Amino acid sequence: MMAASYNAKDEDAVGSGGPGAVKSKKPDNTAFKQQRLPAWQPILTAGTVLPAFFMIGLIFIPIGIGLLVTSNNIKEFEIDYTGVDMFSPCFNCSQNYSWNSTSACTCSVPFSLDQPFESNVFMYYGLSNFYQNHRRYVKSRDDSQLNGDKSSLLNPSKECEPYRTSDKKSIAPCGAIANSLFNDTLELCYIHPNGSRITIHLVKTGIAWWTDKHVKFRNPGGNNNNLSIVFQETSKPVNWHKPVYELDPSDPENNGFINEDFIVWMRTAALPTFRKLYRIIQKKKDNMTPTLPPGNYSLEVTYNYPVRSFDGRKRMILSTISWMGGKNPFLGIAYITVGSVCFFLGVVLLIIHHKYGNRNNNADIPN
Amino acid sequence: MLRRRLNRLCGGDEKRVDSRTIYVGHRPCPDTEAFIPSKFCDNRIVSSKYTVWNFLPKNLFEQFRRIANFYFLIIFLVQVIVDTPTSPVTSGLPLFFVITVTAIKQGYEDWLRHKADNEVNKYPVTVLEDGRSVKKESEKIKVGDVVEVVEDETFPCDLILLQSSREDGTCFVTTASLDGESNHKTHYTVPDTEKDLQALPATIECEQPQPDLYKFVGRMHIYKPEQEPAVRSLGPENLLLKGATLKNTKKISGVTVYTGMETKMALNYQGKSQKRSAVEKSINAFLLVYLCILISKAVVCTTLKYVWQSKEGQDEPWYNQKNQKEKDTNMYLKMFTDFLSFMVLFNFIIPVSMYVTVEMQKFLGSFFITWDKDFFDPEIQEGALVNTSDLNEELGQVEYVFTDKTGTLTQNNMEFIECCIDGFQYKHRDTRSELDGFTVTDGPVNKLQQKAGQEKEELFLRALCLCHTVQVKEAGSEEVLTDQVDGIDGMQPQPEEERGFIASSPDEIALVRGAMEYGFTFLGLESKSMKIKNRENNIEEYKLLHVLNFDPVRRRMSVIVQTKSGETLLFCKGADSSIFPRVKPEEVDRIRMHVERNATEGYRTLCVAYKQLSAEEYAVADTGLREARLALQDREQKLMAMYNQVETGMSLIGATAVEDRLQEEAAETMEALQGAGMKVWVLTGDKMETAKSTCYACRLFQRGTELLELTVRTLEDGRLKREEKLLELLRDYHRRAVQDAPPVKAGVTRSWSTANQDYGFIIDGATLSLVMNPSREADASQYRSLFLQICQNCTAVLCCRMAPLQKAQIVKMVKNSKGSPITLSIGDGANDVSMILEAHVGIGIKGKEGRQAVRNSDYAIPTFNLCFILPQFLYQFFCGYSQQPLYDAAYLTMYNICFTSMPILAYSLLEQHISMEILLDNAALYREIANNAMLRWRPFLYWTVLGIFQGLLFFFGVRFLFSNPALQDNGQVFGNWSYGTIVFTVLVFTVTLKLALDTRHWTWINHFVIWGSLAFYVFFSFFWGGIIWPFLKQQRLYFVFANMLSSVSAWLVIIILILLSLLPEILLVVLRKPRGPHSRQKKPSQSNVGGSQSSQSSARPLLMRTFSDESNSVI
Repeated sequence: MMAASYNAKDEDAVGSGGPGAVKSKKPDNTAFKQQRLPAWQPILTAGTVLPAFFMIGLIFIPIGIGLLVTSNNIKEFEIDYTGVDMFSPCFNCSQNYSWNSTSACTCSVPFSLDQPFESNVFMYYGLSNFYQNHRRYVKSRDDSQLNGDKSSLLNPSKECEPYRTSDKKSIAPCGAIANSLFNDTLELCYIHPNGSRITIHLVKTGIAWWTDKHVKFRNPGGNNNNLSIVFQETSKPVNWHKPVYELDPSDPENNGFINEDFIVWMRTAALPTFRKLYRIIQKKKDNMTPTLPPGNYSLEVTYNYPVRSFDGRKRMILSTISWMGGKNPFLGIAYITVGSVCFFLGVVLLIIHHKYGNRNNNADIPN
Repeated sequence: MLRRRLNRLCGGDEKRVDSRTIYVGHRPCPDTEAFIPSKFCDNRIVSSKYTVWNFLPKNLFEQFRRIANFYFLIIFLVQVIVDTPTSPVTSGLPLFFVITVTAIKQGYEDWLRHKADNEVNKYPVTVLEDGRSVKKESEKIKVGDVVEVVEDETFPCDLILLQSSREDGTCFVTTASLDGESNHKTHYTVPDTEKDLQALPATIECEQPQPDLYKFVGRMHIYKPEQEPAVRSLGPENLLLKGATLKNTKKISGVTVYTGMETKMALNYQGKSQKRSAVEKSINAFLLVYLCILISKAVVCTTLKYVWQSKEGQDEPWYNQKNQKEKDTNMYLKMFTDFLSFMVLFNFIIPVSMYVTVEMQKFLGSFFITWDKDFFDPEIQEGALVNTSDLNEELGQVEYVFTDKTGTLTQNNMEFIECCIDGFQYKHRDTRSELDGFTVTDGPVNKLQQKAGQEKEELFLRALCLCHTVQVKEAGSEEVLTDQVDGIDGMQPQPEEERGFIASSPDEIALVRGAMEYGFTFLGLESKSMKIKNRENNIEEYKLLHVLNFDPVRRRMSVIVQTKSGETLLFCKGADSSIFPRVKPEEVDRIRMHVERNATEGYRTLCVAYKQLSAEEYAVADTGLREARLALQDREQKLMAMYNQVETGMSLIGATAVEDRLQEEAAETMEALQGAGMKVWVLTGDKMETAKSTCYACRLFQRGTELLELTVRTLEDGRLKREEKLLELLRDYHRRAVQDAPPVKAGVTRSWSTANQDYGFIIDGATLSLVMNPSREADASQYRSLFLQICQNCTAVLCCRMAPLQKAQIVKMVKNSKGSPITLSIGDGANDVSMILEAHVGIGIKGKEGRQAVRNSDYAIPTFNLCFILPQFLYQFFCGYSQQPLYDAAYLTMYNICFTSMPILAYSLLEQHISMEILLDNAALYREIANNAMLRWRPFLYWTVLGIFQGLLFFFGVRFLFSNPALQDNGQVFGNWSYGTIVFTVLVFTVTLKLALDTRHWTWINHFVIWGSLAFYVFFSFFWGGIIWPFLKQQRLYFVFANMLSSVSAWLVIIILILLSLLPEILLVVLRKPRGPHSRQKKPSQSNVGGSQSSQSSARPLLMRTFSDESNSVI
């Protein structure tokens, strides 16, 4: 820098070249360079903000009411079948649980619906105190294996440890998430007033994200329909009863990695208490009778999934769905609250503006 | 430090000796022992920081010295070493980006310095070598080389003058760029060297390099065949300094004694420490606060994690077993790595882009200064040049302005304004058309258009023509002759009458020139006879008998001349105070009025008197003067006495007024600066009288200002020793200025001119060195604090006769005083460089407050990402304290680089929260901005609280939504990545819209950047989630964003959360009653008028005068 400065001085002192010789370094007179770009200068004053507050209030409150009404119209039924209580039907199953037992433990949980469930009814299972969002758990998967990558199938990612290999064979699907796949089987029976039990047909597809099912998850081996050959070099996850290619033997489009129960499970939940979509009960064709009429039901559980060890709970949830999703009054309440607050603030501001604003305006006039 | 190192390097072995021996022309000398070429450093000037080789390590080292960069380096290393929730890329990439951008910027700036250095170092010079003159690059000059310099060239190194083209063995030099003294100084050749330089066998012994410009001690041994070597003593009058310019001498030759970084000029530059802006310092303070928040967060999480894990079944449930390595790890080590992992997870609370944003802002902001056409000088065809972009934000916070005088406040361009002859005022208008060149404006008693008698007029003009020491520039070297006072060609060229004059003082030239305007032209001095061309174009000749030199104590000078007709006349001119007592009192009254009026207008006034000496009188004077001149002892006193004796009983003829033309609008600027609450100090190397009059002229000192003088003259007191007197004076002034003065509200002293007494303080270099380095070390702090307190209570401080280093000392002292105010230095010459380097802000020539820069400082705060990282923190409570990140790594990485930095950059660059016109009109508004007000703790606290509020809102809003994760109308559920994406979307929109709310000045760029970054976010999210990325281990975000958008609930929650988090800001904007009523109330009208007005305003003065009235009404 110092050199620069005395250089400049030298030039002055020598001064021989004269102004003409130096090429013009005059800055461009452009709006940008002179910082005189045309600018819009909005001013937030009470005058502009007040109507906005009222508008927000007027829009939000009806939305909130609509949301609340919609949410309240959604029918939801929830039943805990963990079997913590001595007298609950699944108590025995929950007590004698061991991974190695070959015989399935079943229990039947009766419940009754007071109101008819119309349109499609969605059946969820819910788990509590289950940390699907634990870091060690979340990262314990290999997405390229699940995407059908052959090399990852035989050599899964290190992240899957300690669920990466068993018996010197790589595990498919590897990782803690896959290993802990929810494997209770839930069935629903309607107990007709006349005493007969009608098993309700549960649809097990359409429960996973479309993109997951069709892009993100793919069976290895392309079009090879014989999955048992594709997976022969691999081992099943240690806690599974059956290998991945037997998840749904009846439907090749729902088997292996693209089994929807599996895909749903693989989308890790955000919170330790969560629900996952299990089955869909389609509405009756005739539209006249509700999908689930009020009455007595029985939940037939094949109890495989232990949660007592970590103090967890298992629930089954039946719910109808609206345009905003499942039942959740939060949004409605939030909108009504915010709408009211804005409205209230609008009123307060109006008063302030009226009382003090005028005086201000008077003061302004001399300027 | 660099200098010391260089010295050690260059000096090497000779450090032990106090002197260096130089062999002129590298010739071994007969008498001395064997010729040992000692090593001196070469003549390179290095101002650049880096070379190609050390750029990378040195620059990296300097960058990592910044707290934030170092912190991110640590984080990055932790991520590499320890298993952490986010990959090293997330912090490595932004860090790399930051480091690269900064390195490019600094590299570019250093390249510019290299270029400047090269220009100096490669400058061709002529060196005499083996009898031939060889062209060499300046940097190749070695100590001992004989160098030739021609007129108007700058000396490439420190030289001992050996030969001059002038007959009398002198040469003229101007050191304007070294110490600011613009007059010509005479330097002398070493006697006995007027022979053949090619074969001059001589050695020079001189002291080691030292920075004092006015000191030099040496000896020259000249070896003559078969004779004792002659020894000549060398003093500063033989030394030509690097940076000075040769004037009025065709050619000189000299031998190099000091080169490169050892020259006195280079030694007067201080080390190039990296300047840190105050903003950076306060950012660092906030950084520490956030670091504490970060650490406490990590500690809380770690603790809770272990508490949580101690419950059975939580640490390692069956579905989530640890792997072998984790099981084996030692518990305490594990705790530590957990702690580190949390640190890494939350590390984005300190934005890696903060420095990049600030840095880029400064860099680009400096372009606006360069581009500003208001800074453009049509005369030299150059606009402003910003040398370092690091500091322009501090322009907005300046409290002290240090300015150079010559060339900065003044144009250093004396002009004859008017004169007064025998009580009649003659004002020189542009009279070239009028034949006689005289216009009488008004007489003392308004005698109608009356003039003084012809005789008086001519006498006066002759006096002007004769009573000076001006020399006429030798014609021939240049076609057009111009003033060569300081190298600035000030006068308009007048081809016919143009004459080049040389004098030690520019006002002498102005007087001679003034006389020329009125028809009396000084033609020159030839062998003791002065020639004058009078109005009738006749040549008059006068024999110059004696010159009674000017000195600052007498404050006058005289000449004794003899006319053709044999009359002996004495002409005397000098300050009114020194002339009036020596003339007849009745004459004084007629002229005093004029003089006083001129003085208050800031002109330099001189009175002219004459007396006719009879033959006897002259004989007495002549012998007396001759005797005094030859006296060996007390020559000074004797001369003085003689002068005083001669200069008596004169009759006053008139007075002159000369203006040292101020820079355009200097006075207005000064007033405005003071009005803006800044304290202006003038530091100059010039004489006190000159400096003082300039200060008056530019209204730094007002008429009512009481001056406190602390100069050599006031210290000259017979009774007391200097230091005692100094202390006494200091105490006295302190009592007057500090204790008696009504308590001044710290910093915000408004309206200087109203009630309280203004004080101006004057100190000169010699006294200052007494204050700074008293003989007894114990007094130092006492002196200094007294001095500082006095200065701080004065409206203006004038420091004259300053050496460059002393200027820097003063700046340093103020900078380190209480409250560490921001200082700004303005100067034009190399003599100001050290002062400029020392201050926080250095300005090359003339500055006004950088308007777009004023608010830069507070842009740093919003970049702290409390609301970004708080949800992350809260999420730990819901994921078993497992350091699970809420957001995807891509979002983490991109957040700082793109989503928020660009809008903030655009905002900080383009925002004009008070419009230019209003700023120009109201310098007082500056006070609000200065003092770093924007980056103080209150807004910081506000931002922090707001951040916490928003973070809580984001997290819990979405948390309640996710109590039922079935958010789609097909009953499907959302997972943890959807959760994070919703929060992140809200975050990005909120932060950007908040900025939009703060933006008051929407140009298309703002629109583009703000809406563009939102659009970019949406686009990026689609893109990032739309492809199965082969290089990613996990496709976490695959279609998460698109799915989120397909959910009405997600939309609704995003909208309401954004609105809710912006609500406090909106409320605040509406409710906050205008802080500066001016800015806001004027706004509406301003925006209405808009563009049409702006075009006019560029023509307005820098800062309008009107402000001072308005500033009173601000509160």
